[in-house]
Amino acid sequence: MAVFWQDPITFLRLWLENLLLSWGVPADWALVIRFAVGAVLLVTAALLLVILQLWLERKLIGRIQDRLGPNRVGPWGLLQPIADVLKIFTKEHITPAGADRIPFNLAPVLSVAAALMVWAVIPFSATVFGADLNVGILYLLAVGALGELAIILAGWGSNNKYALLGALRTVAQLISYSVPMTLSALVPVMFSGSLHLSVITRAQEVWFIVLAPVPALIFLTASVAEVGRAPFDLPEAESELVAGYSVEYSGLKFGFFYVAEFLKAFTVSLIFAVLFLGGWRGPGAESYPVLGFVYLMLKSGIVYLLMILFRGTLPRFRIDQVMDLNWKVLTPLALILLMVIALADYFLRGTLPLVRILGLLCINGLAYLVLDRVLSSRERLRRRLVAQPVRPVARPENLITSSDVGGRS
Amino acid sequence: MSALQWVFLVTALITVSAAVMMVASRRMMHAALWLAVALLGVAVVFVTLEASFFAVVQLLVYIGSILIIIVFAIMLTQRSTEAGPRLNPFAWGAAGVAGVVWAALTYIFIRWLMSGTPLQELGASFDDVVPLGKALVDAEGFAVPFEVASVLLLAALIGAVYIAFERRGEGS
Repeated sequence: MAVFWQDPITFLRLWLENLLLSWGVPADWALVIRFAVGAVLLVTAALLLVILQLWLERKLIGRIQDRLGPNRVGPWGLLQPIADVLKIFTKEHITPAGADRIPFNLAPVLSVAAALMVWAVIPFSATVFGADLNVGILYLLAVGALGELAIILAGWGSNNKYALLGALRTVAQLISYSVPMTLSALVPVMFSGSLHLSVITRAQEVWFIVLAPVPALIFLTASVAEVGRAPFDLPEAESELVAGYSVEYSGLKFGFFYVAEFLKAFTVSLIFAVLFLGGWRGPGAESYPVLGFVYLMLKSGIVYLLMILFRGTLPRFRIDQVMDLNWKVLTPLALILLMVIALADYFLRGTLPLVRILGLLCINGLAYLVLDRVLSSRERLRRRLVAQPVRPVARPENLITSSDVGGRS
Repeated sequence: MSALQWVFLVTALITVSAAVMMVASRRMMHAALWLAVALLGVAVVFVTLEASFFAVVQLLVYIGSILIIIVFAIMLTQRSTEAGPRLNPFAWGAAGVAGVVWAALTYIFIRWLMSGTPLQELGASFDDVVPLGKALVDAEGFAVPFEVASVLLLAALIGAVYIAFERRGEGS
């Protein structure tokens, strides 16, 4: 019997199980009820987390931009997101003329659902996880497709050219970036020999970010692009596309997209923490599973803060830069690293742990340097502007492909 | 009835009615959406059979790729927003063929259940990914079909690049 202060969730689960069995509920129905209760609790917790996230993000972005951020409602503006949510409830629902009602109304729900479905397989601590799926990583990648479907439906159902254009280029971006994302997610799979997220977590005696820093970087970049946040926020580039696929949505329906965006951002941080930062692992997490939950949340919180920092400091990419970065840099790099790391790890596996770590680190550094050489030798061949003279515009500094002369290409 | 049977019944009902609605809906886009529901229902059936790998592959391949391609094709075709006739002229013929195939399959499965070797229950803890992965690259297993399929996909990829390639001199 688990003790409450060691592992509260398991304690409550067993208590609920015994309660149902003592009421004479058959064992298989008790299982169904348990899963349903678990799902409702998990979803509620995830959505409540979004409220906190909204506040944190607005406050931090405010500080970065030398503003105060929300500071009127509640202490430090803590209740501002709640006020916003209540406000959004009261707004009018507008359905544009000629819109296809079913896709139009289905899209926001599907968008949130796709983000929430990921939470079902995350191992939150040594004992707490939703579904114990042996193909967890594949599931994560598969569920992302539902989000893409939601965006297409939103763009198409709105009967609006801006929305359709926004949806088309969002989906182009999402499909493109899922290639390097998948390839770099295969590296933890190779190290642990399993697609099971719990097994991957347990295999991280040394965090995989130490063994494979470059794939981790690729995964982080690709997942930022996957959730459509700055600097990859072309899907809703305010100054270019009005608001992308969500332009016709108002009130609560827009709120759904908004919540889905923040939820996805935290979800990819969670996935990154599980795959590369050791998940719930940490001192004492085996015997006190509740500590593991705290560790996981701290780790994904740090990744999330990093994403806020990206958003606050990087200017937006152009669409051709987004595609160049993906297909000319990240995808080849991820493919080469996948093969090189597989070979290297095969030979280094029998050696001392320290030798293995150093060897893999060297290989990562080497791959990065070779790519940097190749790209900078191609620098002369980069596309030239034909129609207009080069003007000094703010350009996102790409560490890998940027030239020394700054804005000029 | 056990909970699993109820779950199966509800899923089967949703899947089959979604399939019927897919055939009978007037708009192409709605048909694609009903197809998504039917495919999801099949994924749930795989889950209830404890074949999680197949459930996830169903989601990844059918919804993640095929359905999105179908939706794109519908969006890019003309008159996709207009309502068409409920059924196309070949509907009854197609229904007849599908009915015959269904009856034949049911007959085969019933005979198999009667006389064939009983299937072994593998249990929830059985990891089906490792044997599958090994079978795909094993020369005794399915290495040759696997390689043939990948060559086919490569050919399709090269063909797509060739068709989409912008030739110098023509156009911009």
